[in-house]
Amino acid sequence: MNTPVLTVSSSPHLHEKSSTSSIMYQVSIALLPALAWGIYAFGLRALLVVLVSIAASMLSEYLLGRFSDEFTLWDGSALLTGLLIGLNMSSSVPLFIPAVASAFAIIVAKWTFGGLGANWANPALAGRIFVFFSFTTPMSTFVAPRTLARVMPDAIASATPLGLVKTAVSGGSVGLDANALLAQTGYPATNLAQSIAAATGFNAYTIDSFLGNVGGCIGEVSALALLIGGIYLLVRKIITWHIPVVYMASLSILSWLFGGLPSGLGLFGGSFFPPLFSGGLMLGAIFMATDYVTSPITRKGQVIYAMGCGFFTFLFRYFSGMPEAVSVSILLMNVITPTIDRFIEPRKFGDTREQRKLAKERTV
Amino acid sequence: MHKVPTFSKGGVHPDDMKVFSRLQPIERIPMPGELVVALSQHLGSPAKALKAKGDTVVKGEKIGEASGFISADVHAPVSGVVKEIRKVTLANSIVCDALVITPDEEQPADVVESVDWTTLSESELVAKIKAMGIVGMGGATFPAHVKLTIPRDKKIDAFVVNGVECEPYLTADYRVMMERADEALQGALICAKATRAPRVIIGVELNKKDAIEHLKAVVEEKGYPIEIVGLKVKYPQGDEKQLLKATLNREIPSGKLPLDVGAVVANIGSCVAIYEAVTSGKPLYERVVSVTGECIANPKNVLAPVGTKVSDLLAFCGGFSSEPEKLVSGGPMMGFSFFDTETPLTKGFSGLLALKGEQKVRTTACLNCGRCVAACPIGLVPALLYRQIDNGEYAVAMANSLMDCKECGCCAYVCPAHIPLVHGLKTGKKLGRKK
Repeated sequence: MNTPVLTVSSSPHLHEKSSTSSIMYQVSIALLPALAWGIYAFGLRALLVVLVSIAASMLSEYLLGRFSDEFTLWDGSALLTGLLIGLNMSSSVPLFIPAVASAFAIIVAKWTFGGLGANWANPALAGRIFVFFSFTTPMSTFVAPRTLARVMPDAIASATPLGLVKTAVSGGSVGLDANALLAQTGYPATNLAQSIAAATGFNAYTIDSFLGNVGGCIGEVSALALLIGGIYLLVRKIITWHIPVVYMASLSILSWLFGGLPSGLGLFGGSFFPPLFSGGLMLGAIFMATDYVTSPITRKGQVIYAMGCGFFTFLFRYFSGMPEAVSVSILLMNVITPTIDRFIEPRKFGDTREQRKLAKERTV
Repeated sequence: MHKVPTFSKGGVHPDDMKVFSRLQPIERIPMPGELVVALSQHLGSPAKALKAKGDTVVKGEKIGEASGFISADVHAPVSGVVKEIRKVTLANSIVCDALVITPDEEQPADVVESVDWTTLSESELVAKIKAMGIVGMGGATFPAHVKLTIPRDKKIDAFVVNGVECEPYLTADYRVMMERADEALQGALICAKATRAPRVIIGVELNKKDAIEHLKAVVEEKGYPIEIVGLKVKYPQGDEKQLLKATLNREIPSGKLPLDVGAVVANIGSCVAIYEAVTSGKPLYERVVSVTGECIANPKNVLAPVGTKVSDLLAFCGGFSSEPEKLVSGGPMMGFSFFDTETPLTKGFSGLLALKGEQKVRTTACLNCGRCVAACPIGLVPALLYRQIDNGEYAVAMANSLMDCKECGCCAYVCPAHIPLVHGLKTGKKLGRKK
């Protein structure tokens, strides 16, 4: 019998079908519904913005990969970072902005700390924050989605509902909740949302922001599309429910309890669902906060981290004049992640009170 | 709805791959031309050779004597002549002395006596088990007489039999349950008597429903006081810690033994060996081994004498159908890969796998995804331990319970970055112990 050439290696000799790159590509796939909606709502210009940011991101990765021992362009992480940055842009930004954001994300946020796995901040968020504070005006100028422009071809629809409400509340508006304020400013709602609202009793603005008929970044407007992607990630076991659900629940509960205070509505005066569908919350909770590298490694740690994200998002949204509540909250919790990982350990097998007692009794 | 018992923390679900050999009845291998009987087939110190080159040995005769508290006797699997004593490398990389025996043409029968075990006392049972060199046959090869000797101050309330066989591919225990159920059950009762355990529980995973039904039928027919528990399929349920959690809902604390939570665990194959040792005076000199995997022409469950070379087992199963990438002794999750087909069969060698190997995926940086943490049945943070070992911080890793790792392989199995976590942790344990 011929003896074949045999490999000797450590156990296990089986491996689950998973790899770093398949995870990156699956997360990218999960973002496609949001991208598709963005292109539909904001036109081909949105696609161009996304393509520019992906190209800049992959080019940066390629250049840095040439100086590194490992060439990581095809592991999908640069593609994902570029895609996330593109989805975090207004469709009207000058094209150099997504390019700068992507380059910053890859070169500064990711590679100065050692590349994939070593970065302390989510690269896409770091890139977005960097360009937001560098080019604030173009970054906060939005276009009305096609669906709203049909109802009211007017500049007001191009503002984000969150921005409008914030301006009104900080301007001293008292006694009106977010939806009432929107109605007061004359913010439009689609006919579809109005008919659903009539049938279900939900507010038309809430329904519109759930569906994606609001002004905002390319990928953040449609909570529905993002949820579809989130369900895909859950089904494929790329993420677990812990971070998104705890993040959303803590934000909702805090907003409902205390969200009414700044506008003089008192305790329990805030709203429960609208905070989830507004701004970048869905994108942040499902795709940004769940970034493996910058979130805690244990389940317990992830819950604490997500509660922190929810708390800071609530704080920045209701009690700060600054926009970017979601991005800043997640970045803040990214910073705290190593500390969480240091102190939060999983429960060791056998480390229970009854078992200790039992073991003690038996030795006596 | 009734909840199917299993352990709660961690674990993975690899494909069970038992299809190759599960329907193959146990077959006895023809007498090999030469047997290489290793003297270190058990956990603990190696046995001392009692024979020299040129001596004749009789089947069942003691040829290696236990040397220490944790050690086991080794017996001649055949009658024959000692051709030489030489060093061998076992599948698990242990190097030890081995007696090379050339078998005689004529071999005596297996059964030498017939004893009613119910008449023997606990210490007589343990003495018999010790004299017959029985060790744990699931792979850990812990000497059975040590396990069954219960200190005066401990009380055992359950004897748990491991019929889980949670490793993919392996079917040896399954065949034993299907074909030798009565002997296995009586062996379990012998152990229960030796440990004074009032309860006997056999845990079997639900991918072996027919074995569960068969065992239940025998138990009912003979009226044995034994509970058969079907367990949800999940690796590593065959580990004694996970098995006790699944069957008794008890957790063994770090550094403790099953007997610290009032239980003793033994493999179903060991129960058969114990039955044979006690009732027929047959030492542990042969065992059932699953010869299986994608690359074996005719996968079989083979009854082979200890010392049979891997090349003989392969030849008996028709050789390779395609070129394997790895030969593995034991299961694919915890077994050892080796390269020498002259490697001999030992008492703990439960499976011989010829695997075609998997598509190579490059190792990437750790993503901190936490899958290893979620998969670890012990509650460790494998990625963190790996990093600490990589940095040479052995003491820190040991303070983080590195020694509780039992190398079950769940972490490396799920790691999307394909980091060799088990390899790293094994290395860390060795280097950490040295310091």
